Amino acid sequence: MPEVKNRQAVTGAQAIANAMRQINPDVVAAYPITPQTPVVEYFAQYVADGVVDTEMIPVESEHSAMSAVVGAAAAGARAMTATAANGLALMHEIVYIAASSRLPIVMPVANRALSGPINIHCDHSDAMAERDSGWIQLWAENAQEAYDLTLIALRLGEHEDVRLPVMINFDGFIISHGVEVVDFLDDEVVKKFVGEPKVKYPLLDVDNPVTYGPLDLYDYYFEHKRQQIEAMKHVERVYKEIVDEFEKISGRRYDIFDKYMVDDAEYIMIALGSTAGTIKYTVDLLREQGHKVGIVKPWVFRPFLKKELQEVLNGRKAVIVLDRSASFGAEAPLYEAVKSALFNVENKPLIGSYVYGLGGRDIKVEYIKQAFEDAFAGNLNPDEERYLGLRE
Amino acid sequence: MPAKYFEFRWHARAGQGAKSASQMLAEAALEMGKYVQSFPEYGAERTGAPMKAFNRIADVPILVHSSVENPDVVIVIDDTMLGNPDLVAGVRDGTIFIVNTTKDVDFVKTKLGVKGKVCVIPATDIALEEIKRGIPNTVMLGAIANVTGVITLESVEERIRKTFGKKFSEEVVEANVRALRRGFEEVKCNG
Repeated sequence: MPEVKNRQAVTGAQAIANAMRQINPDVVAAYPITPQTPVVEYFAQYVADGVVDTEMIPVESEHSAMSAVVGAAAAGARAMTATAANGLALMHEIVYIAASSRLPIVMPVANRALSGPINIHCDHSDAMAERDSGWIQLWAENAQEAYDLTLIALRLGEHEDVRLPVMINFDGFIISHGVEVVDFLDDEVVKKFVGEPKVKYPLLDVDNPVTYGPLDLYDYYFEHKRQQIEAMKHVERVYKEIVDEFEKISGRRYDIFDKYMVDDAEYIMIALGSTAGTIKYTVDLLREQGHKVGIVKPWVFRPFLKKELQEVLNGRKAVIVLDRSASFGAEAPLYEAVKSALFNVENKPLIGSYVYGLGGRDIKVEYIKQAFEDAFAGNLNPDEERYLGLRE
Repeated sequence: MPAKYFEFRWHARAGQGAKSASQMLAEAALEMGKYVQSFPEYGAERTGAPMKAFNRIADVPILVHSSVENPDVVIVIDDTMLGNPDLVAGVRDGTIFIVNTTKDVDFVKTKLGVKGKVCVIPATDIALEEIKRGIPNTVMLGAIANVTGVITLESVEERIRKTFGKKFSEEVVEANVRALRRGFEEVKCNG
């Protein structure tokens, strides 16, 4: 294997903190204790060591952390924060305000379970609770993707046709605390890639005064929401431009969906985050036994860009969707999105829903095989939610 | 063809440094151009409570993100844990045990109740002699280098110099390198 200059064994949190060091944001506001992630701890060290110029604001809660970055971004600063689980839940009110104010804040989220009962482990419920907040959601499979997507997120959110906040989701503990191999880009390459922030309507431009967060009743609120909806429609085009550019500097290819072994696949599994890697391995195992299987992993979950998914899934025998969160009394979020996308597909595959891994429950290769085997047997029911690795 | 990963499971008590040792193993393997994973199992974090950590090492990028269930190597840092059924969970005939203990191989083998290869190393004693602190990590890494060949003495030494060199005196670095070499030389296995 050729030696790679910037290859290191680091945790996902270290990888993201290093991306933030390279971005050198103007402001990072964060709540400094649990449920915070080590991202902020590592970044605070960079601030203390003077290797970044960032104004670091330790605040008394996540609600304040998001409020502080909203204020900073409105003033024209490049602003970031990071959180997890209940911390994200506590931000909830201001998460919506960041999106509706069209502030390109970038926030890595280590996906962890929401209480109760109290649990700190990997689960996607925290991000799913912000699914409709108007943030772009990118999802990483491993520490490398968490690093890369943080850089891509910055460009995407700040693009003048988008101007939306971006959440980079990476699996709590599995990726945030697990050590993996990451190839870092050179500082200068990143600096050039992220460029200078394109400031729009800053509060500090006193010659051109603007108002953020005004009262906006039934006279204009709806039109403003429509503008958010339209901004989301630009994400696909802008994201594709940015990932093309990113490929040129990194050699790593991103797209809307990560498609693995799908060309001739009769059975396709869909999942977010680190489990997609375990599924890829299982796909290799099942292929060895002659099964035509593949996996599709959304790198972009919000907006949910269904056109490409429809093309991929059309005509397959079966589609199995794995969710690491539940929607009590309704279908799980990823399953719901995929099932809805299939409504207009000409040759609809059979489809099944599997919830797994809540509160960090391990998702084993054998569980993934079990779901595939249900599909091989034609034993899927679109209206039934099943569970992997759960005691009855 | 699915990739083959070489998998380790560490058993220790919280506070004994197994998480750092697992990370160091990963870094040493990276030094050799391998792909690596290192991750602990996070439970309630109480000093002295049994804990596990894991490694995967491979020639190709590692895709799997579940915990290690059928380890190729089991490392036991604290011999008071011998007899705990978790130590032998999921092991196969080919699984190698490397145990930090002053007891002999036969005693450990009987306690574990396994048929395969068992290795012992008095790592805490060696650490006390060389480093003057009962931290067995570098000794264990030496033993691992000898028994598995997945890492080399040189790759760990390189890591020790890089990582410890930043934080500690030359004396401490050299003591750790001596501890590492003694781990390599003094590990004893059956078969």
